[in-house]
Amino acid sequence: MRYIPHTEEDVQRMLDAVGASSVDELFEAIPEKYRQSGPLRLPRAASEQEILGELRELAAANACSETHDWFLGAGVYAHFVPSAVDALVSRAEFTTAYTPYQPEISQGTLQAIFEWQTMICGLTGLDVSNASMYDGASASAEAALMAMRSTRRSRVVLSAGVHPHYREVLRSYLGGLQAEIAEVGRGDDGRSEPMAGLVDDATACVIVQQPNFLGALEDLSAAAQAAHAHGALLVVVVNEALSLALLKAPGELGADIVCGEAQSFGVPMSLGGPHLGFMAARQKLVRQLPGRLVGETVDTEGRRGFVLTLATREQHIRRERATSNICTNQGLCLLMATIYLSLLGRRGLRSLAEANLAKAEYAKAQVLAREELALAFPAPTFNEFVVRVPGDAASALARGRERGIVAGLDLSRFDDDLAGCVLVCTTELASREAIDRLVACLAGAPA
Amino acid sequence: MSDRRARVGNSGRGFSYEEPLLFEHSRPGRVGHQLAALDVPAVDPRELLPEDSLRDDLPGLPEVSEVEVVRHFTRLSTWNAAVDLDLYPLGSCTMKYNPKVNERAARLPGFAQAHPLQPVELQQGFLRLCHELQEQLAEISGMDRVTLQPAAGAQGELAGIMMIRAYHEHRGEKRRKVLVPDSAHGTNPASAALNGYEVVSLPSGEDGLLHPEAVEAAMDDEVAALMITNPSTLGLFEEHLARICEIVHAGGGMVYGDGANLNALLGVARPGDLGIDVMHFNLHKTFSTPHGGGGPGAGPVGVKNVLAPYLPVPVVRQLSGGEGEGYVLDYDFPLSIGRLHANHGNVGMFVRAWTYIRSLGPEGLRRCAEMAVLNANYLLARLRGAYHVPYDRTVMHECILSDKALADTGVTTLDVAKRLIDYGYHPPTVYFPLNVPGAIMIEPTESESLEGLDRFADAMLAIAEEAREDPERVRSAPHHTRRTRLDETRAARRPVLRWQPDTRS
Repeated sequence: MRYIPHTEEDVQRMLDAVGASSVDELFEAIPEKYRQSGPLRLPRAASEQEILGELRELAAANACSETHDWFLGAGVYAHFVPSAVDALVSRAEFTTAYTPYQPEISQGTLQAIFEWQTMICGLTGLDVSNASMYDGASASAEAALMAMRSTRRSRVVLSAGVHPHYREVLRSYLGGLQAEIAEVGRGDDGRSEPMAGLVDDATACVIVQQPNFLGALEDLSAAAQAAHAHGALLVVVVNEALSLALLKAPGELGADIVCGEAQSFGVPMSLGGPHLGFMAARQKLVRQLPGRLVGETVDTEGRRGFVLTLATREQHIRRERATSNICTNQGLCLLMATIYLSLLGRRGLRSLAEANLAKAEYAKAQVLAREELALAFPAPTFNEFVVRVPGDAASALARGRERGIVAGLDLSRFDDDLAGCVLVCTTELASREAIDRLVACLAGAPA
Repeated sequence: MSDRRARVGNSGRGFSYEEPLLFEHSRPGRVGHQLAALDVPAVDPRELLPEDSLRDDLPGLPEVSEVEVVRHFTRLSTWNAAVDLDLYPLGSCTMKYNPKVNERAARLPGFAQAHPLQPVELQQGFLRLCHELQEQLAEISGMDRVTLQPAAGAQGELAGIMMIRAYHEHRGEKRRKVLVPDSAHGTNPASAALNGYEVVSLPSGEDGLLHPEAVEAAMDDEVAALMITNPSTLGLFEEHLARICEIVHAGGGMVYGDGANLNALLGVARPGDLGIDVMHFNLHKTFSTPHGGGGPGAGPVGVKNVLAPYLPVPVVRQLSGGEGEGYVLDYDFPLSIGRLHANHGNVGMFVRAWTYIRSLGPEGLRRCAEMAVLNANYLLARLRGAYHVPYDRTVMHECILSDKALADTGVTTLDVAKRLIDYGYHPPTVYFPLNVPGAIMIEPTESESLEGLDRFADAMLAIAEEAREDPERVRSAPHHTRRTRLDETRAARRPVLRWQPDTRS
């Protein structure tokens, strides 16, 4: 067994030291009738060579952005990742360390988290960021819980423009609590309907997504006014984090909590996880934040260093009175994103966002040039938009599959009103030729 | 060394580098990445998007070259302890070796570059892997069904408690309490509370075990569940578990199993056979996926059939009979607790765990449990005498010591932990479980060799001697780190949670 170093001689010496006659004797606390008599029914141990062979076969049965032209986003985005990201996160000092409980020998992880917190504050326009959450969905649910705690209110006004899976997760998280969720409908232009009428003095928060699930840009200032008029908080959910490089920081537009998914920053799509939930808030909410926080301090010699801080919010100290049950964060994904943002930097990230916008505008223009196709909504968009296709969306996507194109998402699975609608995403990976092929495919033109 | 010469070079200590924040490296005009040439017409965002929706600048991001980024993070990495350097005996965290083949497996493009919402026809390889991993975890644990969706152990707990709540509510029962032993991880009471339950703490017996009488006394028709960790955080097998499960079941409750310590039971005993109704697995503990400086983990949940209708959706299902071949995502669970993750869960961890189970096979998994338990007992045998052992008996995967025997020296558990760093070890978990004052919780795992354990034990014994001969040396440790003890009180009193250019220039 290559991962276990013990020889039979070692085992015997150790048993002698312990004073046991056999390894089985160490398990005598387990009542006999519950001890396994035979081996588990699992495949035999395989070599590395055999396992990689099997896995290559399984992996080859999945489409991926290396084998197909890629236009599927909807919360998980295909972006180019510079080589330095994986090279650096593969360092075992990052990969095989754990939560930095012992700061003297965890400064690498702690400083990287502090840098992440700084970057997220800049991108969101808010004062404090935590050390990440599981994913955008649980971050959004935790944001609602945080708003409920800090306002001592239990009503949540939720835009239908929030990713449908995030809304489902929010309902799961709030299911055991005395909470009410009021949904804001979708307007004809693809954005949320005005929400002022739904917000009242029992409302803890208004939750909107920017850009929303259909790619449309919401009016955050109006949402902030609606929320703040009744003392509720505005929670802005972002699941294409790259949009933050182009759009005004939600914090500047009145958001009190900004959370969501930062997978776009160098984290592989990986069939949906592990990804990188993030959360930032105004200073006054800092003690209500869930999850780990890293703060700057000094050592006994006065040198700068970093530690986990404000831990009295957390489950390992506060137990059932903690702000959340969360324990792990997405440390390694956070590191990927921090490295990615460092490489792209202040100018590169902006240029990349503009390139994504340019690709989407080109694609939209090609769609508009086709009689068979239409844009479903007029609202401005970033890198994702809805195309109305002739016939049903499933057939359009099936045509794509035949041509090696993953053409987008059939929206009818979420909303009957969106039959015949495909959510299309164009990142920097989409070449002009691939976009042309996509548009022809959606229109039903022969390949 | 004069002040001037102290500023020469970049460390003053050979290859032990000081490293500023990345933002302090930033110089206007430096770039770390070149974008592909744009093959479509460039656009002016101000002509496309509302003027007041655009930002001018990205103040939180640095301007640095690729070389600086690579050196920065490489240097930061050298400030960390890690399993690949040596024993990392954090109790209840199971810091075992993380095989390299797992990393290669998870990076295959068909996994790493695939999308959760691509048509199921185009993700059959992944769904098959999911299905196999579900079946393997069910076999290992003795549970009937497994969902892989929860992103971490704590989210698995939440899922489990939600399913228990849904089960009771479907039967028209309103139960409002959850029983949690005092030795439990903090996530257990927090997960119950997050689900609206009142938490009732149960005392452990004098032998460290949970006793049927304590459960019987607390059990009534308001109790929805008992949450129990087995082996417990004291490293002890809960000998009365089967009887305890009977009591809870007789009272109409469910038993939740915290799988944090499953490593001790692999191939030896199955929680499902002992009466557990629902449990989570920590793939990052038992199944060798890396801890990543705090995550990501993965927390699949196994249930008995009675709870299967409440599983989170979608459920990965193999087609059978006349349905054809292959796998589907099944949403047809009308009683489901709903969704807990935006997508399928932490898929990269599924691939690694599958690879691990395949690498070890049934005999290898059992060998893990056996050698993990042997290692913990061996350390206990070597350290007994120098350290107080609150529950001195055969342990499972971890052993608990305390600083009680050092009380007259003034040296505490924290000091022992910090001094261990000087000897080249990450400290054990300290001051947990809460029911042992000054606890030192050591989990060596099966990855450590006899010589490695001896070196660690020698260091622990040396510290116990130092505590008598030179207690100040221990109390002021660590001495050989690039930072000495950090002022945590200051960090919490005046939180500085981000870098700002105006605060240090």
